[in-house]
Order: sequence, then structure tokens, then C-alpha cells
Amino acid sequence: MHELAIAAALVESVAASAQAAGAARVTRVFLKLGALSGVSKEALLFCYDVATRDTLLEGSQLVIEDVPVTIYCERCRAEAILSGIQGLRCPRCGELSSRLLHGKELEIAGIEIDVIEEAEGER
Amino acid sequence: MTTRYLEIRQGVLSKNDRLAADLRARFAQAGVFVMNVVSSPGAGKTALLERVLRELRAAGWRVAAVVGDLQTDNDARRLARSGALVSQITTDGMCHLEVDLVTDKLAGWDLNALDFLFIENVGNLVCPTWYDLGEDVRAVLLSVAEGEDKPLKYPVMFHSSDIAVITKMDLAEACECDLTAMRENILSVQPAIRIFETSAKTGAGVPVLIEFILQQRAAKLASTSVPPTA
Ligand SMILES: Nc1nc2c(ncn2[C@@H]2O[C@H](COP(=O)(O)OP(=O)(O)O)[C@@H](O)[C@H]2O)c(=O)[nH]1
Ligand SMILES: [Mg+2]
Ligand SMILES: [Zn+2]
Repeated sequence: MHELAIAAALVESVAASAQAAGAARVTRVFLKLGALSGVSKEALLFCYDVATRDTLLEGSQLVIEDVPVTIYCERCRAEAILSGIQGLRCPRCGELSSRLLHGKELEIAGIEIDVIEEAEGER
Repeated sequence: MTTRYLEIRQGVLSKNDRLAADLRARFAQAGVFVMNVVSSPGAGKTALLERVLRELRAAGWRVAAVVGDLQTDNDARRLARSGALVSQITTDGMCHLEVDLVTDKLAGWDLNALDFLFIENVGNLVCPTWYDLGEDVRAVLLSVAEGEDKPLKYPVMFHSSDIAVITKMDLAEACECDLTAMRENILSVQPAIRIFETSAKTGAGVPVLIEFILQQRAAKLASTSVPPTA
């Protein structure tokens, strides 16, 4: 399962951010996942449950936003969203484009955390 | 207890990316040109590197290689026969190299005493895609025996590579490889890629690849204004 290493890196990074923010636990993680990231969504979701065990993220939900491949076509002078990743061809004119605007994202957009309030006695 | 949203906006692999940027800066400082070689298992990474290392050394360049392997040090021993400095990273089942493994391996090395470093990644067309190793050029190898549609099955790896090398050209006819289709498929997932054709068995095409590597190093040195050392 290729995605286990990705899930582990995700958990490590989120846990560090959450800890720095004084979180008691993480409830949701929002991830942007490009079609050309090479990461399988299903596999990542599966690995996530394993990777979050015994961490601040245990029991949290991974919310994935799929980001399609967007290219800029020089000939049409316009952006185009592609339906697949088997060819970076403009759907309007058929020209190949090496200007990729979106699609490689593997990015943590944000996290939802539970924080213990000052009044409850946390420092 | 209150619930709040915390904006992060950070790549999942930002830690590896940061360390890779540090390593890339060290390579630039030392004037070392670095190539990360990826492919499926058996595409001919070791065989091609054996030739490239030998020929660069014969021309007087100071070359080294780091080899990632799941279990064995066979490839490292094959490469060491060229006389180059070679070190082995046994990944113990991990199917790719990450930058900290490479950095650790280089700890005792004097980078200033090197002109070229080749990193043979673990044979795998998926995971190595995600991990920047501080290289100048990522080379993806594809043998004529693997089928023309490989780039379409692994578009992300081909997209992330700077050059593609079609290997085992001496077998092209026997494998009935449609080279035109193979080239088209590579270019369709990465229009900016440069394609080379080599045979590690006959040596055909290897000089063209070496010429490219030498040019790239010269261009790198010129842009980082480190005086050439060889
Ligand atoms: N005929 C031929 N065989 C090759 C060539 N390059 C590699 N091989 C063979 O392919 C097999 C795998 O090569 P190797 O370099 O170990 O691949 P790696 O796993 O990518 O490092 C070995 O048996 C090599 O002898 C080539 O250019 N021509
Ligand atoms: Mg090998
Ligand atoms: Zn167009």
C-alpha cells in the first residue's frame, strides 16, 4: 500500500500543528488532493485510520477535496479543466500543454481541533 | 472545550521538501550535479549507471552513486566495479528513498570532492514520485520490454521527471516495441520532457546522454557561479 507513508507524514504534520495550537484532539482534517498527485483517495482513507491510531488524530475524519487537472492552453489562451490524467491535451483544440495550473496538490488546507478553554484550567 | 478551525495550507510532504531544499543548496555550494534515477524493477537502472559511471570516470570526472535497495547490496557491488565511490541504502522493505536517508548516507562524504552524484532509487513507479531528493534532474527509465502504454499507467511519475530514457534499445525489435507510440505516450503526460534512447548492452545512445549530463552540470555551475573544479 503506497499511501501508508503519505498517511504517516500527514499525521505527523497535523499532530505537530495541533499540538502547537494547544489542541486536545483533532476532529477533522481537510486535504486537497490533485488528480495528478498520484495518491489514491480510497487507499489514503484506508491508511488514515491505521496511521491515526494512538495520536491526537485518533477518531478524526479525513475530508478530501478532489482537485482536477487544470492546464493553460497557449493556443486558446484559456484555462481548461481535464477529465483525466492520461494526456495533458487541451479539450478544445487538442494541443499539448506543459503549463499545469492545478492537479498536483497534496496539501493540508486546515484542521478542526478541540481546544481546552483557559477557564477550564489549561495554563 | 471549544472547537476551532485552524488554517494550515501546507504540503503533506513539506518536511521532506524542506530537507530536500537544504540538500539541494549544499549540492549547489559544492558544485555537485545530482541525478535521481527511477523506474520499475528491472528496467535497467543499474546497467545504465554502470556504463555512465565508467565513462565519466574514464573522462576524469569524480563520480559517486547512492543505491537504494529493498534488501540486497548487489546493485551497489555492481556499480562499485566502475571504481566510483558507491554507497548502499537498504530500505528494509520501504519502496522508495526519502531525503533524510540520502542526507544520512552522505554525512561522511566530502561533497566538494565530487562532480557527479547518481541516486539509484528503489524500483517502483509510484512512491519515489513524491519524494524530492535534492536532485537536479529526475530521470525515469522505461525499457522497450515494458509496453508502450506504461507512461499512461504511471502518468504521475512521467509527469514529474525531467528526462525519460528508453532503455534496452538492443531488444526493441525482438520485443516489437512501437517506439513512436512510446514516445507519444511519454510526451502526452509531460510535453516538456526530453527523451533519450540507450542500450547498456551495446552502449548505443549512452554518449548522447552523457553529453546532456555534462551540459546540465556546466549550466548549473554557471548559474550558481561556483568555479568549475575539473
Ligand atoms: N539486452 C539488454 N539487457 C539489459 C539492458 N539493461 C539491463 N539489462 C538487463 O536487464 C536486467 C535488469 O537490469 P538492472 O540494471 O538490474 O535493472 P534495475 O532493476 O532497473 O537496476 C538485467 O538482467 C540486465 O542485464 C540492455 O540495455 N540490454
Ligand atoms: Mg538496480
Ligand atoms: Zn486549446
